[in-house]
Amino acid sequence: MNWDSIEKIAHDVSSGKVTAESLVERSLGAIEETKEYNAILAVSKIRALERAREIDQKVKNGENIGKLAGVPFIAKDNFLTFDTTTTASSHMLENFHAPYQATAIERLEAAGAIMVAKSNLDSFAHGSSTENSAFGPTLNPLDKSKVPGGSSGGSAAAVALKIAPFALGTDTGGSIRLPASFCGVVGYKPTYGLVSRYGVVAMASSTDVIGPITTSVEDAAVVLDVMSGKDRFDGTTIDRDLDIYDGKPFSLKGKKIGLLKEYLSSGIDEGVKKVVLDTVEKIKAQGAEIVEVSIPSISLSLACYYVLVPAEVSSNLSRYDGQRYGLSDTTAKNLDESFEKSRAAGFEAENKRRIMIGTYVLSSGYYDAYYKKAQIVRTKLINEFNTVFEKVDYLIGPTAPMTAFEIGKNVDDQLQMYLADIMTVSANLVGIPSISIPAGNANSMPVGLQLMAPQKSDRNLLALAAAIEKEIE
Amino acid sequence: MEKYIIKGYYPTIGIECHVQLKTKTKLFSGINNDARDAAPNTLISPLCVGLPGTLPILNEQAVALAIRAGLALRAEIAEESVFDRKHYFYPDLPKGYQITQFAQPIVGKGIVEAHLDDGTLFAVNITRAHLEEDAGKSTHPAGEDYSLVDLNRAGTPLLEIVSEPEIHSGEEARAYAHELNLLMKYAEVSEADLFQGNMRFDVNVSVSKDPEKLGTRSETKNLNSFKSVEKAVEFEILRQIDLLEKGQPIVQETRGWDDAKQKTFSQRSKEDAHDYRYFPEPDVPPIVVTKEAIEATAQTMPLLPAALRERFGTFGLSSPQISIILEDRELAAIIRFITEEHDEKTARTIANWCLGEIMRQVADNKLTWQAVMSAVPQLVTLASMVDDNRLSSTAAKELLEEIVTDKKDPLKLAEDKNLIQISDDGALVMIVEQVLNDNVKAADDVRSGELKAIGYLVGQVMKASAGRANPAVVQALIKKQLEK
Repeated sequence: MNWDSIEKIAHDVSSGKVTAESLVERSLGAIEETKEYNAILAVSKIRALERAREIDQKVKNGENIGKLAGVPFIAKDNFLTFDTTTTASSHMLENFHAPYQATAIERLEAAGAIMVAKSNLDSFAHGSSTENSAFGPTLNPLDKSKVPGGSSGGSAAAVALKIAPFALGTDTGGSIRLPASFCGVVGYKPTYGLVSRYGVVAMASSTDVIGPITTSVEDAAVVLDVMSGKDRFDGTTIDRDLDIYDGKPFSLKGKKIGLLKEYLSSGIDEGVKKVVLDTVEKIKAQGAEIVEVSIPSISLSLACYYVLVPAEVSSNLSRYDGQRYGLSDTTAKNLDESFEKSRAAGFEAENKRRIMIGTYVLSSGYYDAYYKKAQIVRTKLINEFNTVFEKVDYLIGPTAPMTAFEIGKNVDDQLQMYLADIMTVSANLVGIPSISIPAGNANSMPVGLQLMAPQKSDRNLLALAAAIEKEIE
Repeated sequence: MEKYIIKGYYPTIGIECHVQLKTKTKLFSGINNDARDAAPNTLISPLCVGLPGTLPILNEQAVALAIRAGLALRAEIAEESVFDRKHYFYPDLPKGYQITQFAQPIVGKGIVEAHLDDGTLFAVNITRAHLEEDAGKSTHPAGEDYSLVDLNRAGTPLLEIVSEPEIHSGEEARAYAHELNLLMKYAEVSEADLFQGNMRFDVNVSVSKDPEKLGTRSETKNLNSFKSVEKAVEFEILRQIDLLEKGQPIVQETRGWDDAKQKTFSQRSKEDAHDYRYFPEPDVPPIVVTKEAIEATAQTMPLLPAALRERFGTFGLSSPQISIILEDRELAAIIRFITEEHDEKTARTIANWCLGEIMRQVADNKLTWQAVMSAVPQLVTLASMVDDNRLSSTAAKELLEEIVTDKKDPLKLAEDKNLIQISDDGALVMIVEQVLNDNVKAADDVRSGELKAIGYLVGQVMKASAGRANPAVVQALIKKQLEK
């Protein structure tokens, strides 16, 4: 059974038509029934039920609950939350209980939403398939032999499995959009800084964003609306002038949309390409103006990403040294050994790979050749996007060059694995909003359509995505 | 240059100074910054512990203080400066990196003018000054197999002031360190309390036969007194010369200072130097300082030691006296106030009291400078009484404590204590005549040109008047009487 829209659920709870407790019970039941997919790592049963009953009591007392009254949700397990552990799918944080909650979680709870469970991810969000989890891979809800994408694979699978109306993900290079694409759901990556990163286990500080995974664009907009805006605990957050979502009709007529040439050239699955081009035709038929555009530096974006992001990763993971919290080796005979053994046991292979790359590119003698050069490419990429956005208001293309692949297929071929992100990393490097919406099927698996827009134009991008979503249906 | 050369070697010293800024809270979290009386690990937030998900939020007050420090150093303030991460693993560094400013510091080139004890001025150029967070405190209990970490200090805002290698002796190094200390105190940037570790000095010392070329340097870290700065520099100069004379190379290394033995010792050599892997801190946006903000801060800057020195100098105070006054900001404020409000003579009289009797009383906790400041009007009256010969300077000193403590009217107090000088000729003539009659020999000596004896006679008159006679008037009267 599908969930109602988030607006309707909140309305029904607020009016007493359904109880928050029944919604939480439904979520908990769905978690039990879908255990084999390994989408969920920890369940916040007691606290979720308590909060639901509190909300129900407040409704009875005639109190106003908020825009997300009683709406259950799933948080990726790199969000710090009360009640459950926050593991980032790592042995390092396997027993870590957070003493505070992420701003995003706090804001959602303040609006009446109820976190029910924490979802699986690639350890420390390093990966594109959720196979790098220390607690086993998540299976794709549409085909158990395939990956759900990553790193927010547990969250995308949870929404596809109808465990909750929405889930939270983090997107450093495509970690919301790729699994949304592979699982046939909506994944939204907002403008960098629109949602506070406070209380989220950092991957790469300059590209990390937080966003919703939902079954509709409207739901994504409603959730984003509650979470976004300046936060005094995150110095990189930005304010927003308007509500993200107003629900007003949006016409495709006359909208200038750039079709990214680089995303449709070599390396793309033919089936994926066809779904995207078919959708483009539908949009055209509604009067949108489709222009083929080119961003030459996109070909460098993945290389740029895999220098800058590991650099920040190596830095952000330095704090996990086994001294204050987290996994700590007790057999070490001295301080250096304690660092080494704790980190060796606490991190997965992919974490270590990225720490090695990042440490290397920041080392004296290599900094200029790698890190600095990559920063130059990043600036160039930003400039090229800005130039294109002078001509068009939006960009369109596939989310990924392929559909969900077989579990284990790319585990030994990291380059192939990294290529899954080739179409998503640019939005992170540039800091612009981007959304993946289901556009059809290829190879019997869902295909995600990716839309992008200039920084801080989240409101327009969501409106456009909602209009296109309607045409696809 | 000749004066610096020791055994044919020219020493060169550059100094890095870490100044603890007196902010209410830490550099990147809203946690109390005053760890003096706190139990270990009580002034900590999730950020101070380096918990996952925590993010640094820049303390605006630290930026404001850095600007003040920059102005005190007569330095350029960067319109945009950037934080970087400096990586190394240590238990008292919770994030595994220190947030500091590497490539683009907030304060650029500046200059400090310092004084040697003999009053000689010399200038040291400042290379830069940058903001950074302090690490926690590690202690290694002797004989134990564990170490202790206190993170109260982790995140304390520091300004690291880097000098050019333009210092050439231990005395200059001490004078520079001392001047920096005064500057930071007067600019209200830091409590600048060396005992509390508010300022710590690292000295880079090298020696070379060729003054145009620098030798290999050693860095002696964490000196916390002016004296140790001087001694460590002197020790290093001699140690390095000794090595070179023996034909041994100088190792580029980090050294510590053993205050008990008055020696430096090797801590780690360049071979074990870290690769800090600096890169721009993505969690903290660049600091942007507008010209308007700099100008507004400049308006609030107090007179700095150099200006005060000049002002006090014109009032006839000596260089050592001025140095003593500048050590205490409250005292300097009093002297500044009286030099601004009163004539030179009054100001000098009060300054001398402050440096003498009053300073002793303050040291004995009998008086406070605050009380002295509020008693300035009474002190001015007292000074005028001495000036008018109504009161002897000895008697005035006796009254200082009571006047400052109780703010009594000096005239009334002097009258009550019967201390008003007798300058009235009529009253004094009687006493003088009596004394001359009682001391015939001395009187004769004076008459026959033995002027030394006049002092004895004046003393006798003072004694007979219970100290109240005006000695100048007495002397004149004695001369007049003996000339008859």
